[in-house]
Amino acid sequence: MSGPTPTIRVQAEDFDIGAEFAALGKGRADIGGLGCFVGTVRETAKGRKIVSMTLEHYPAMTEAAMARIATEATGRWPLLGITLIHRVGTLLPGENIVLVLTASAHRQAALDATGFLIDWLKTRAPFWKKESFAGGGDAWVQANEADDKAAAKWATVT
Amino acid sequence: MNSAAPIAPANVAAGTIVVMYFAWLRERTGIGEETLTLPPDVSNVGALIDWLITRGPGYQSAFASRQTVRCAVNQDFATPDAPVAPGDEVAFFPPVTGG
Repeated sequence: MSGPTPTIRVQAEDFDIGAEFAALGKGRADIGGLGCFVGTVRETAKGRKIVSMTLEHYPAMTEAAMARIATEATGRWPLLGITLIHRVGTLLPGENIVLVLTASAHRQAALDATGFLIDWLKTRAPFWKKESFAGGGDAWVQANEADDKAAAKWATVT
Repeated sequence: MNSAAPIAPANVAAGTIVVMYFAWLRERTGIGEETLTLPPDVSNVGALIDWLITRGPGYQSAFASRQTVRCAVNQDFATPDAPVAPGDEVAFFPPVTGG
């Protein structure tokens, strides 16, 4: 089945959420609802204050992995557009990490697809986070069961 | 099921594979990427790991807890029984933590 061509980017620089919304809807009169998720860097993790977060990725695989996730979403919901942007490099508390935007004729598809896309991205896109702590030291963030369970709730019975 | 074509056709003739390490696997092996000649008895990911850990303490440390190591062959997630052949790109990394 054909769906919209998703906008997928992996970049160091910040993204402009308003500009991305405008780009998704540009020239279209058939969009009734837009869904959005933005992930940002928190200042504390497990009680420790972090001064920065560094995102590593597998360059040759990330865009293909994100495209597979987007294809899965367009197969499940009637979407008119998808934008996935993930930053890499060193980010500070409060900064944007990831943007998921969806567009559909009606709100339920846009909202559900947004949740699906971020839950799947968190378990299937090859990025790894390292936190640097106030006072020194750093540690790789560990994948957690909650993310796997969140992704699993979208499993279809086939 | 991964059936992607080899990433590096030139390696096919040379009998080599590219192996990449990310995050703390890269830190423990001290290697980001290497080109290795595939031993004749290594034909899947599990056998590749068995062979890699014989190559030195960095590799042993990286693969000490195999259940925390994930893999991709030719940029698609792969399990230990996934085949590995000359020309392939194999990547080892922790469970992903993006988003």
